[in-house]
Amino acid sequence: MSEVIMLEVLRYHPETDSEPYFQPYTVPYQDDWVVLDALNHIKEHLDATLSYRWSCHMAVCGSCGMTINGEPKLSCHTFLRDYRGGVIRVEPLDHFPIERDLVIVMDSFMDKLGSVKPWLIPREDKPLAAGEHLQSPGELDTFHQYTQCINCLLCYAACPQVGLNEDFVGPAALALAHRYNLDSRDGGKDARAETVASNEGIWECTFVGACSEVCPKQVDPAAAIQQTKISASVDWLKDLLTPRGHR
Amino acid sequence: MSRRPYIRKVERSWWLQHPRYVHYMIRELTSLFVGLYCALLAVGLLRLSQGSAAWDGFVANLSSPLGISFQLLCLVFATYHSVTWFALTPKAMPLQVKDEPVPGIVIVGAHYVAWAAVSAVVLIGAGM
Repeated sequence: MSEVIMLEVLRYHPETDSEPYFQPYTVPYQDDWVVLDALNHIKEHLDATLSYRWSCHMAVCGSCGMTINGEPKLSCHTFLRDYRGGVIRVEPLDHFPIERDLVIVMDSFMDKLGSVKPWLIPREDKPLAAGEHLQSPGELDTFHQYTQCINCLLCYAACPQVGLNEDFVGPAALALAHRYNLDSRDGGKDARAETVASNEGIWECTFVGACSEVCPKQVDPAAAIQQTKISASVDWLKDLLTPRGHR
Repeated sequence: MSRRPYIRKVERSWWLQHPRYVHYMIRELTSLFVGLYCALLAVGLLRLSQGSAAWDGFVANLSSPLGISFQLLCLVFATYHSVTWFALTPKAMPLQVKDEPVPGIVIVGAHYVAWAAVSAVVLIGAGM
């Protein structure tokens, strides 16, 4: 008999279930399979009612984030071989309502993301004829890592502050705000400050650092937030010393 | 089909569920002792303002076995707090010189040098 591996998947169907429960599945073990392959096998061969999100299968789209043996991970990036001989417990991402099985409700994140204005707000209007907004490689380096975020929400699942305060803007959105604040072409820092520098923004972060540890794209949201704290404090002090506006 | 999203509550023992959260809570706990030592210094200033008898009593209390134990405990926790904070400084205070990032070890090392320098000034000032 060929080798198999056991998965315990959290199931929840709002039409019939009052609360979630774990359902065991036995799937073939393949050395080059990831957890997403095992879920696809379940969906295609064992249980078509299983619901989960996925798209690219290559750690780019950020759709397949799940809690795998207690750790937030991309299921397309988590190999069965790392759990060989054991049981793989698959749950939806923590700190989000469960819509169905492994599908979470991410409306709150979408609202938070929009609230930090994650787009370039030019310093000044510049006609097309005036040419490009030039930027040196060094200026790009200051924020480049933060452009790698794929909004997979693993950082929200890892952050205890997100779980304890649902209003916390959270790691990915604050890191993206920092990305634009650092951009030499951008002038929107003050416009973002109302959300970013609020109690529910950077000051809700207590530097647990879990967001950066679980990020599959090596973005460092914890660093972004601490840097924003320093920057916001300096701005506050400048405002205090020069009330008529320093910027 | 009706929607009925299920919300899982955060358990009170969330911080015991992963070593990274336990380490975080230990670090948070150490700040309590840093705060207590700051309070001790404030009390010292108060006693100093109340005259030599009050100050002598304060110093005698500090020199008692209980006082020394408390200060040693604060020293251990403050050291843990400082070392773990210094390790995080490259994240909070990244530096760039001429478009090149300054290595993290240089930023951390600078903090240790500053710590040693300030400690030396305090010890020299105290006449040790």
